[in-house]
Amino acid sequence: MTVPISLRHDETFVLNLGPQHPATHGVLRVILTLDGEYVVKAEPVLGYVHRMHEKLAEGGTFAQFMPNTARMDYLHALAFNHGWALVVEKAAGIEVPERAEYIRVITVELNRIASHLLWWAAFLLDLGGFTPLLYAFDDREKIIDLLERVTGSRLTYCYMRFGGVYNDIDDEFIAGTRDFIKRLRSRMPRFYHDLVTHNIILIKRIKDIGIITPEQCRRYGATGPVARGSGISYDIRKNEPYSVYPEFDFDIPVFDECDSMARYMVRMHEMEQSLRIIEQALDKLPDGPVMGKAPKVLKPEAGYYYSAVETARGSLGHRLVCDGGKNPYKVKLRSPTFSNLSLYGEVAEGMMLADALAFMGSLDLVIPEIDR
Amino acid sequence: MNGYWSDIFTGSKSLVTGLLITAREFFKPVVTEQYPYEVPTMTPLFRGHIELIGNEETGQPNCVVCGLCQRACPSICISLEGKKAEGEGAKGKVLTSYVLDFTKCSLCGSCVESCNFNALRFSKEYNLASFDKNDFIMDLLKRVEDQNRCKH
Amino acid sequence: MDTSIWRALFYLVGIMAFAGLNAAYLGWCERKGAARIQRRIGPCEAGWAGLAQPLADGLKLLSKQLLVPQGVDGIIFRVAPVLAMIPAITSMVVIPFSGNIEARAMELSVLLLFALASLGMIAILLGGWASGNKYAIISSARAVSQNLAYEIPMLVTVITIVMISGSMNLREIALDQMGGFWHWNIFRLENGHFLTMWISFIIFFICSVAETNRAPFDMAEAESELVAGFMTEYGSMGFGLFMMGEYLNIVVGACLTTTLFLGGWDCPFGKTPGVWWFLVKIYILIFTFIWIRWTYPRTQIYRLLNLSWKILIPFSLANLLITAALIKVF
Repeated sequence: MTVPISLRHDETFVLNLGPQHPATHGVLRVILTLDGEYVVKAEPVLGYVHRMHEKLAEGGTFAQFMPNTARMDYLHALAFNHGWALVVEKAAGIEVPERAEYIRVITVELNRIASHLLWWAAFLLDLGGFTPLLYAFDDREKIIDLLERVTGSRLTYCYMRFGGVYNDIDDEFIAGTRDFIKRLRSRMPRFYHDLVTHNIILIKRIKDIGIITPEQCRRYGATGPVARGSGISYDIRKNEPYSVYPEFDFDIPVFDECDSMARYMVRMHEMEQSLRIIEQALDKLPDGPVMGKAPKVLKPEAGYYYSAVETARGSLGHRLVCDGGKNPYKVKLRSPTFSNLSLYGEVAEGMMLADALAFMGSLDLVIPEIDR
Repeated sequence: MNGYWSDIFTGSKSLVTGLLITAREFFKPVVTEQYPYEVPTMTPLFRGHIELIGNEETGQPNCVVCGLCQRACPSICISLEGKKAEGEGAKGKVLTSYVLDFTKCSLCGSCVESCNFNALRFSKEYNLASFDKNDFIMDLLKRVEDQNRCKH
Repeated sequence: MDTSIWRALFYLVGIMAFAGLNAAYLGWCERKGAARIQRRIGPCEAGWAGLAQPLADGLKLLSKQLLVPQGVDGIIFRVAPVLAMIPAITSMVVIPFSGNIEARAMELSVLLLFALASLGMIAILLGGWASGNKYAIISSARAVSQNLAYEIPMLVTVITIVMISGSMNLREIALDQMGGFWHWNIFRLENGHFLTMWISFIIFFICSVAETNRAPFDMAEAESELVAGFMTEYGSMGFGLFMMGEYLNIVVGACLTTTLFLGGWDCPFGKTPGVWWFLVKIYILIFTFIWIRWTYPRTQIYRLLNLSWKILIPFSLANLLITAALIKVF
């Protein structure tokens, strides 16, 4: 609901939202200029968790940067792993066995569902609903247990290797994943849609709130569910396919409403599409090795390399510059949330405080990934 | 008035549905794991902090002090020292100290992967909490000796 | 003369004990209830099933320093939590727990209750204002507009009840409903009042949820927007008193709903009326408060006002007219 702002008598005040605030999910600071409860100006301030990850990459070998990638977007760590593996494989010309590609897709998609579940939980927490968080975490826990089984860690995975993956999946993982698909599909209508999506309070709260026009999306470079909620059908998995994604039959959910509800629905539908991808990948899973031939010491030819993957939050680009040495010369990431957050200030103008925070929740921000 | 009555009707219906869902959950058993009382079974691949593997018979670490783990580590948290083996027919090096600075470790597993001599593995410990930072600067050689003592 | 002093002492001790136990153990009930709904265990360490938890919490809050930050209005800041607590306890004086347990029977006890309920809002306003914190001020402004909006439909439904019973005395209203659930105001067969009274009951219940600032109407302490709202600057027992005041308001709200709509201490089958029925009814209502809180997300301040002005007030006014017509016709 956009309300005209009156700046009469300059009766505005500045509210420092964050860096420690329950709704900013980490250490984002937003300087809000408020007129009563209406936001006159919102200015996000970044950099509170800047850890120089891109610079750190230059100090180590290519493989040594792999654990760092998981520390940026800790909710969809495997996609960041995947992105880094893809760009280095491109630079060094490493072939990946087909089984490894399938395993990558399965684990990345599982991780995507876990990320969306956590977003859903945190979003509901922003809106003041605490119980859905626990229901979502119940499901997410199952994914994390599965991923722990193959990757060895629960959150910050270091699973991809140049030329394959660290570890093969076993029958128990496959059976567990099939069980999980069944479980989530059976729980989805009740615990997610009946309890929350159809709830009149939630609908009134996020419908027509936080309208991002497609033009704004293009101007700020917003990707992922934010763009797809504004009617832009752009998904790296379809538009610039990588790995074995072209072999699967899945849809890109697109909603034209441009509001928070549309972004919500995009993510809910994406979970179902991810389940479909996992199902097909498990059916088609080929036999073979999970590690291809890769030299112990990587020395890619000098040059510029770029590759992009679709994370749960949008398109992630890795830009790699090599000088022929053992270490990357320069690494630059194009992280999705940075662009998604940059439109916050423009869109939040004129909203009420509570709506502005609900809108921020609908962007699905992961601050360490913005600051890197 | 458009949508006024339908809003009231569908809205009330959705609210009642929500209440029924939570009511049904109220009577179901708990799903959480009671942390300090219940010990979870760790998956075979679980990555705890690393530890040295002792030889089956002698109990001495398998490590040959090649230093590959040290070089593979992205966080520079492994420091190891060795000396020339002594005695009849001995060759190679013997480990004299192996210290893991767990405060820096990111549990990436590069060290275990780089080891060609089956000398490193992940422990299954997950209760890693302490008031003292020095507790996390671990002497892994001593740990292997303690394990040997427990075994015999 | 003598008996009246003993009577006063008895009720003083009784009400304080009832209020204190409720304030302490409703917190425990809320945590346990939330845990069950979310399929957790909830408090379990202090005492059997965590029953000593309220004591532990109370001791902790009591032993903390009462911190008065710089730049606050010291006197009001200290007085506000007490103000939140006192009206809630005072309200219990006029509540008829059963036919012979009532501290003070007053002719206008309904009016007194509503007057005291508004005082609770003033405590929130003063606490938020005195804190000098932006979150707290936004929160208290919200609390005031919310309370003003919800008192209107609440009072209109109460007028409906007063019309049916012909009295503003809570005891008279309860006595009017004796003799089985078909006499209760909510299901009242007489004059066909049950046609509209169940709607009045729902309106009244929604209003009492809003009046007590409970989720989904907890705009005042919306923790994901306003940190802790008017309680942001409060620590130790100041915070504790606000919390206890909130729980006591719930108890008062449940008592009032029971007396006005659910026949007070009457047995549903008209057999054995007594204080136990009253307690059963109020705890079912309190559980519903908890149940609702842990099911729904929070609403928005303007949605909340919309609900009041566009739905609750027209409906309650319509109910008032229909009830008046029913009384006139039959």
